[in-house]
Amino acid sequence: MSDTIAMVDIFIMGKRYTVPETLTIMNAMEYAGYQLKRGCGCRAGFCGACATVYRIAGDYELKVGLACQTKVEDGMYLAQIPFFPGRKAYYDLEEIKPSVAHFAQLYPEVYRCLGCSSCTKVCPQDIDVMQYIAYIQRGDFAKAADISFDCLMCGLCVSRCPVNIVHYNAALTARRLYSRYIARPDAFLAERTRAIEEGKFDAEIGVLVSANQEKLQKLYDNREIEK
Amino acid sequence: MAYTPRLKELMKKVEESRASRVGINYPRMSPDERRAVLQKFHPDFIEDGFRKIKVGVNKGARLPYEMADVFEAWSRLRDVKLDLQAKPAYDVDILIIGGGGAGASAALEATAAGANVMIATKLRFGDANTMMAQGGIQAADKENDTPAIHYLDVVGGGRFENVPELARALVMDAPLVIKWLEAMGTMFDKKEDGTMITIHGGGTSRKRMHAARDYTGAEIMRTLRDEVLNKGITVVEFSPAVEVILDDQGCAAGAVLYNLETEQYLIARAKTVILATGGSGRLHYRGFPTSNHYGATADGLVIGYRAGAKTIYADSIQYHPTGGAYPPQLLGLLVTEKTRALGATPLNINGEQFVYHLETRDVESSAIICECAERKLGVPLPTGITAVWLDSPLIELTHGEGTIERQLPAMLRQFHRFDVDIRKEPMLIYPTLHYQNGGLLIDENGLSNVENLYVAGETAGGIHGTNRLMGNSLLDIIVFGRRAGRDAAAKSKEMPVPEGLNLGHVDSYHRELEETGAADGRVSPILLPHYTHR
Repeated sequence: MSDTIAMVDIFIMGKRYTVPETLTIMNAMEYAGYQLKRGCGCRAGFCGACATVYRIAGDYELKVGLACQTKVEDGMYLAQIPFFPGRKAYYDLEEIKPSVAHFAQLYPEVYRCLGCSSCTKVCPQDIDVMQYIAYIQRGDFAKAADISFDCLMCGLCVSRCPVNIVHYNAALTARRLYSRYIARPDAFLAERTRAIEEGKFDAEIGVLVSANQEKLQKLYDNREIEK
Repeated sequence: MAYTPRLKELMKKVEESRASRVGINYPRMSPDERRAVLQKFHPDFIEDGFRKIKVGVNKGARLPYEMADVFEAWSRLRDVKLDLQAKPAYDVDILIIGGGGAGASAALEATAAGANVMIATKLRFGDANTMMAQGGIQAADKENDTPAIHYLDVVGGGRFENVPELARALVMDAPLVIKWLEAMGTMFDKKEDGTMITIHGGGTSRKRMHAARDYTGAEIMRTLRDEVLNKGITVVEFSPAVEVILDDQGCAAGAVLYNLETEQYLIARAKTVILATGGSGRLHYRGFPTSNHYGATADGLVIGYRAGAKTIYADSIQYHPTGGAYPPQLLGLLVTEKTRALGATPLNINGEQFVYHLETRDVESSAIICECAERKLGVPLPTGITAVWLDSPLIELTHGEGTIERQLPAMLRQFHRFDVDIRKEPMLIYPTLHYQNGGLLIDENGLSNVENLYVAGETAGGIHGTNRLMGNSLLDIIVFGRRAGRDAAAKSKEMPVPEGLNLGHVDSYHRELEETGAADGRVSPILLPHYTHR
């Protein structure tokens, strides 16, 4: 139960601020007086809005993190990437297939990968980005979909790519292709939707909609619960 | 920020009792016990958190203080001169305000129906609570389940206060929504043969929770967003709406947008308007931390209310039982209900379970508050608050090693970032402000009582009564987003371009504020929360 919290010096876009060491980069910026517009979204590591690049004083290495999920460190020099102009291919999912030929038309730069691994090194989700690019090149969309799944589309990979691949958009298209064409549709779901459209549940639900609270309460309290 | 030595010491009690808890189900509460714990501990029942609003169409209604504050506030346009008769910056059939799941769904359906649609959103397209929804989406699409069984769960969970027609629309559309998303290439958890993997959620009587690992909302949002962009729909980011504009007939006819970066006000004219701005967790009711998105500041509620749209159950707030309590960087962040659905149980300082782990959210939260506040059996944290354990390692014991990594990758990663391994160490949790159960009252097509003003998503109310079940929010945003989009498109086809655009309703609202002295210098919508410390 320590009452005093240690303070550290951080440098936001080159300017020094002294902040409590327990804060995340995002909270530290707010503590310093910033009201965030860009570079702030879900604040919980799900949306990829707050990609941040930083360096620690005395160290040459450029590091990255999500501002909402990374604690400040003493001597941290940081800047946020508010927007990155990555390209997106526009397509009609019904007109394309999970094939190398179709994919090459949408994202030809994927096939220019040099294998430098900059994308993998920079990913704040620890995704093996280069590996899923390799799977896409090979036309293995199932594997690409699987390992790219946790991508937040923060764009840090794109910022480091020497051949201008927009990894996160390519991965999204790969996942949609996999889910639409390779994963099998749920057969019973199709049956159920047909039954609903044919009105087969209308009468049963109608009884409940017009039931009074007493009746509903009784049905609810006595309903069978699947183990 | 790993657990402190003191916390590690306390954790031993959890470890000691763990083996004896495997496969043992704590008894569920009886209906009377549920009512009792709610009335004593749920913040919705603590009267000093509420006041009666003095202005507007629901004058006299009970609202949480923090919500009343943004309702009883001046417009941002109070001292702004605007020429509403000039050529508008944007001129469309349908203006959708908000770029989350509801807005995107509405945009897709309205575009498919041939309407000219635009989305204006406060932050980036997709910056929304939708993106953060982890656990799942409900739909009765198994052989042992029907929309009627789903309906009973919805209204029972909602304390029988749901608008019946809205609850019916929710459950009847649910399988259609799953099918729609499946066809759009959403990567649901499936078996080899294509069967959706479904599990229980709090208050469900059938296993109907569909998921995409624990990124369900993110997966749905990025798919919808990609599709909206593929369709070439206009999206204007960093441009929140600050007022709804009405026409000379009193019908919604557009909105005043505010470019957050250039600080200009811009007029968008539209035949119909869909408010899909999300919830209000960033108002921090009763000082609770929140699991909500940065932009959840009740904007749509405020401007819809000023335009005359009625509210329903606006005083009903959902506190999610499992918000992060420690490490401090995770305070208030959501620990997905899927964690409990997979078998993690809440435990007190003695390592004893004190409530069934899958009660409805309102009951589960109240039981946790009771355990800490009344029974004094919470775990004291170095940050000065108390919490209870959520025994995540029990999941691995029950379902086998590797379950957490497969089923809860986001949770595993999030805690790992702050040096807690949830496969081996239990989590520390306390209820967090999660959801606005009520909102602006809509009909089955998402239409409010103001002509041509639609509402969809968390801004809308009535669907969930006064307590929503897990997995019914991702469902509701898409069900009512699609319905609003379709109905608005049909209506727009028959309508001429609106004329006589005005903000007369804002002037009258201001007069009420002057007469009552209620605004006290406040301005709303606040658009961005204030977290600056200096």
